[in-house]
Amino acid sequence: MSTRTTSKQREVLGVSALRPDGLAKTQGTFSFSSDYTADNMLWGATLRSPHPYARIISIDISEAIKIDGVETVLLASDVPGKLTYGLIASDQPVFASEFVRYMGEPIAAVAADHPETCRRALDAIVVHYEVLKPLTSIEDALNPNTPSIHPDGNVFRHQHILHGDANATGDIVVEGEYEIGMQDQAFLGLEAALAYPDSDGSGIELVVATQWLHEDQKQIADCLAMPKEKVRLQLGGVGGAFGAREDISLQVHTCLLALRTGRPVKMQYTREESFFGHVHRHPGVISLKHHVTNEGRIVKIEGTMKLDGGAYASTSSAVLINGVTHIQGPYKCPNAVFDGYAVRTNNPPCGAMRGFGVVQACFAHEGQMDKIAKAVGKSPVEVRLLNAMEKGDTLITGQPVESVAPVARCIRETDALPLPEPLSLSAGTMELPGGSGRTSELHNIKRGIGWGVSIKNLMYSEGFDDSAEARCTLGDGVATLKFATAEVGQGFVVLAQQIARTVLGVDVVVLDRIDTNIGSAGSTSASRQTWMSGGAVDGACRLVRERLFEHVAHMHGLDPLQLIIEDTDIVDTMGPLRISVSEASKGVKITQTFLHQHRKTEELDENGQGNCHVAFAFVAHRAVVDVDVELGLVKVVQIATAQDVGRSLNPLALLGQIEGGIAQGLGLAVMEEIIMQNGIVKNPSFTDYLLPTALDAPDVLFIPIEEPDPQAPLGAKGVGEPPCISVTPAIVAAIRDATGIDLKRTPVRPQDICL
Amino acid sequence: MSTSSEIYSLRVNGTDQHVKDAWIGESLLYVLRERLGFMGSKGACEQGECGSCTVLINNDAVCSCLVMAASAIDTDIITVEGLAPSESPNDIQQAFVAEGAVQCGFCTPGLIVAVHHLLETNSSPSEIEVKEALSGNICRCTGYGRIFSAVQLVISQREKSIS
Amino acid sequence: MTIFSPRSLTEALQVLNEHPAARLLAGGTDTMVEINFRHFEPSDIISLRHVQELQVFETLSTGYRLGAAIPYKQFENGSFSHVSGALSEASRTVGSPQIRATGTIGGNLGTCSPAGDTLPVLSALDAQIELSSINGIRMLSIHDFMLGVKRNARVSNEIITAIHIPKINGFQGYAKVGVRNAMVISIASACLIHNMDKSHIALALGAVGPTIIRCRTAEKWLTQNADLSTSTALTTEVIEEFGRLAASEALPITDHRSTAEYRKHAVGVLAQRLLKRAMK
Ligand SMILES: Cc1cc2nc3c(=O)[nH]c(=O)nc-3n(C[C@H](O)[C@H](O)[C@H](O)COP(=O)(O)OP(=O)(O)OC[C@H]3O[C@@H](n4cnc5c(N)ncnc54)[C@H](O)[C@@H]3O)c2cc1C
Ligand code: FES
Ligand code: FES
Repeated sequence: MSTRTTSKQREVLGVSALRPDGLAKTQGTFSFSSDYTADNMLWGATLRSPHPYARIISIDISEAIKIDGVETVLLASDVPGKLTYGLIASDQPVFASEFVRYMGEPIAAVAADHPETCRRALDAIVVHYEVLKPLTSIEDALNPNTPSIHPDGNVFRHQHILHGDANATGDIVVEGEYEIGMQDQAFLGLEAALAYPDSDGSGIELVVATQWLHEDQKQIADCLAMPKEKVRLQLGGVGGAFGAREDISLQVHTCLLALRTGRPVKMQYTREESFFGHVHRHPGVISLKHHVTNEGRIVKIEGTMKLDGGAYASTSSAVLINGVTHIQGPYKCPNAVFDGYAVRTNNPPCGAMRGFGVVQACFAHEGQMDKIAKAVGKSPVEVRLLNAMEKGDTLITGQPVESVAPVARCIRETDALPLPEPLSLSAGTMELPGGSGRTSELHNIKRGIGWGVSIKNLMYSEGFDDSAEARCTLGDGVATLKFATAEVGQGFVVLAQQIARTVLGVDVVVLDRIDTNIGSAGSTSASRQTWMSGGAVDGACRLVRERLFEHVAHMHGLDPLQLIIEDTDIVDTMGPLRISVSEASKGVKITQTFLHQHRKTEELDENGQGNCHVAFAFVAHRAVVDVDVELGLVKVVQIATAQDVGRSLNPLALLGQIEGGIAQGLGLAVMEEIIMQNGIVKNPSFTDYLLPTALDAPDVLFIPIEEPDPQAPLGAKGVGEPPCISVTPAIVAAIRDATGIDLKRTPVRPQDICL
Repeated sequence: MSTSSEIYSLRVNGTDQHVKDAWIGESLLYVLRERLGFMGSKGACEQGECGSCTVLINNDAVCSCLVMAASAIDTDIITVEGLAPSESPNDIQQAFVAEGAVQCGFCTPGLIVAVHHLLETNSSPSEIEVKEALSGNICRCTGYGRIFSAVQLVISQREKSIS
Repeated sequence: MTIFSPRSLTEALQVLNEHPAARLLAGGTDTMVEINFRHFEPSDIISLRHVQELQVFETLSTGYRLGAAIPYKQFENGSFSHVSGALSEASRTVGSPQIRATGTIGGNLGTCSPAGDTLPVLSALDAQIELSSINGIRMLSIHDFMLGVKRNARVSNEIITAIHIPKINGFQGYAKVGVRNAMVISIASACLIHNMDKSHIALALGAVGPTIIRCRTAEKWLTQNADLSTSTALTTEVIEEFGRLAASEALPITDHRSTAEYRKHAVGVLAQRLLKRAMK
């Protein structure tokens, strides 16, 4: 839907500029972290626990170390520094030594001359376990009588929210229970890193695919007992992230192996190992009770959200806060009593994934909105418009939504998008639910329509001291940018170039290597890099421009404040001077560094009150599905969406985020789930963890809502997360609409529909 | 590794490549990447489910992770590197960039090979034929929309250049 | 540990006879997954890639002889898609285009998974499996060939050289349930073959038992309760009873892909739908 600019426009902000790394990626010459090799390199591999919960009685590595080609085997006792790591709480062992607390927990690492030698060495390590009964249910974890499975206890966080009048009541009460399955980020580029030890062993260089170089650097340095500056990180090409690369996976292990052997060591997970090696989206259960007026206005919400954080803390406490503080959805809600819990179990650790707690909240509040609509006899659109949040409304945390809040507009513009044609009589089997399986015929199909609308916070919350740094150098008409912002596929590399072209009037923008030789850019997550690193690049370029203006003004005896950039020229607004930027910057070298910080946020008090978030974005989704009701098979036909983006900086890249997010939300709605049984992961492979294919992709109609946010450095809001949030409830609502079944859980399985 | 035994040669992008001391279980994907330096083919599942490793063998698009390298003797293997010289990318590669079909890019080389193969065998596939032909190539970033656009762009450009 | 690449069937059979523990490698789509996931440690391998005899297709007076190493794509919509509608439909559901370019029916038989997509078709067609060794050829009914979960009657010095299937006058169809629109392992499948000349309908179910299930009870009941010499529409009662009987013959399990209840339900639905497609 959005228009593309194909003329020879300058690739400035607002234009669909093309990625600088695009061609190399199509040719296979772009280097992903897994593509790095080194002379004399060894391979590393990890021994993982087959049990979700067990006491380690003994570990015997003697046979493994004897294998020809095996260079070293490392255990917890070989970790020189801190024995644990973690993003928020440092509670996860580098290697398990006393207990293993989830299936797949690392116990040892080996380095050898060939991946197969590594695997044989892993086979030869003998671990004796006393297998313990795993703690796998949220309810058991919340039960104070359940013994703790970790010294830090079984509850990561409880957050109570009390807002307005706890005793307020409505005319009608609408109740619902909702359940969300465990989703995997399933980026395609598997975890990989290559570590080069310094020849004297006093430092290390690590090429790694990560979302946050500096956080990795800090955690690795602590575990290696090295000063931070001795641990130098370089971003290896990142094959997608979606939250799964925010935590440490193989970083510390690779460095340890390299330091021990004195040789470069490469580690690369298999897909199966990747399922064990990174955190997942929290599964959870949410109960909600809405008090509404006869007309359908929300008076109060009550309820609980319980998230299973798995064995280690990761970001569970932050995910929980995001969940509970968004539980009202993008709707006015004067009163609330709500409790959220994130618990520890012997399931795989859960943490960041695109949408970060809000996906879970949204699935529940949108289910409720449809129930409210039904209870008061309104359409899903009417009831949402009636309650739609506006600028100045408050969250149930008491925080006012001060930025642009075009909720009603998102809904209306989505509603105005055309619905798909009805299924034609000639529809081929590939267009029906069941696809190539040829299960369905036209008369087996029912069509349904459903809605989802959401609010998503942007950036980090709860007083986190968040910043991003960037450096710009201008000389001879060429701008060079340096930042540590992880490019994970989202396209910051092209945005950074667009900013520099716009601010400085240059066309050639060189990107320096992405590494730790500059201050942190923070994580590529929380929809924050356009705002944060974009703000930093913008700030650095503006400082350079000031210096350039001073330089030109000095040469020509003008006041620098008279000068502006017009296209690729510097122009005197009060006189005749016009000089191209390349000309003006000939022989000069101006370098400026800028640290961008967003406004401060607060922690929540004991009633969950406080201005804990920075900013918000909104989105509406309308889903159309075809369902083979008798077999329970679903085909998502079309997704229409309007999203509050502030300002569209690159329409093509924006559309890519929208369509990509929708596919991930579709996955959570109808096929993607890590299946757990007593702490055992049953489907750690792409054969059984199903991702949407080209034949599952719906048509997407998209309208960007452009109301520039005055608080955002470029007027643009983050766009990465909202696309995947309300699309899941919209699809599930459409299935409910087609079948009349009150589906409580996502993903929806065939048997949920037809049995 | 110590149990290595195999010596054979593979014809990759028209050139004979000698492989020695290989372990018999090595996949073509592994040999291409780790022994012969063709890093364009990517591995994301090693079980045929993602298509990132797609190469052409005797003009069939296949998953190189599922080909035992030592069994691929006397075949013509074409990798993404062999589709076009690096200084002059082909129309499919250019269309992928122009239409925004590349995000993280990990799926991209496999898709380029799959699209190349599709258009070699069917120069004007319908929308649904394109989807079916690409159903073995998982892309986690794009949701496929821009990829379909890129394929359509190539089809229409080629049609135009013929007429 | 050696890989052999014989250039003829005779050579292949000789090598196999000398190395009876060797693993035959056709398309490799099952074997390489086993190796990559370390479920199988390769020692001797006999690659069938260059054995031309296994690629041969022949039209016989009563039917067809399909070389065991012909890849799926040839049956899906390639040169041999006319030999059996059901085989063509089943072939099209196997994995992805990349898998279908290499995977073979011989490999499907060799693996003998209850979810193997061509197996219900071969069962419903009463296919004959041609097994060759240096001692000669033996023909085995598909029903005697499939023994259980990933178990078959091939002995170690034999190669599956071909599959013989009859020419059928009447409808044939295959349907498979998976939760994704492409590239998915079957969670329940069914093949129905209507042989009008013999006034018979055959129904075989996949992924709902240790091996493929032929629904003898449902078939027999249908023969007694419907005229199968033509393809005239049947009553709803007949169709529903056929589905019910078929479902009752299924012996599904619950695993991470689906539940036993759903699988039973699904094959019942598929049986009804295929019967309706056949009789209209
Ligand atoms: C991503 C993916 C998706 C898949 N999807 C499906 C699907 O949807 N449906 C389905 O049915 N299968 C599926 N499979 C499984 C597989 O593709 C099929 O079973 C295929 O038929 C195997 O054939 P092959 O030639 O590749 O087998 P190979 O791996 O070469 O052989 C398989 C077994 O058969 C033996 N064998 C092969 N040929 C002969 C012969 N001529 N004589 C004796 N023994 C022989 C081998 O020794 C081995 O034990 C999938 C596999 C993958 C990787
Ligand atoms: S790596 Fe070969 S298909 Fe995924
Ligand atoms: S672009 Fe990332 S997987 Fe396709």
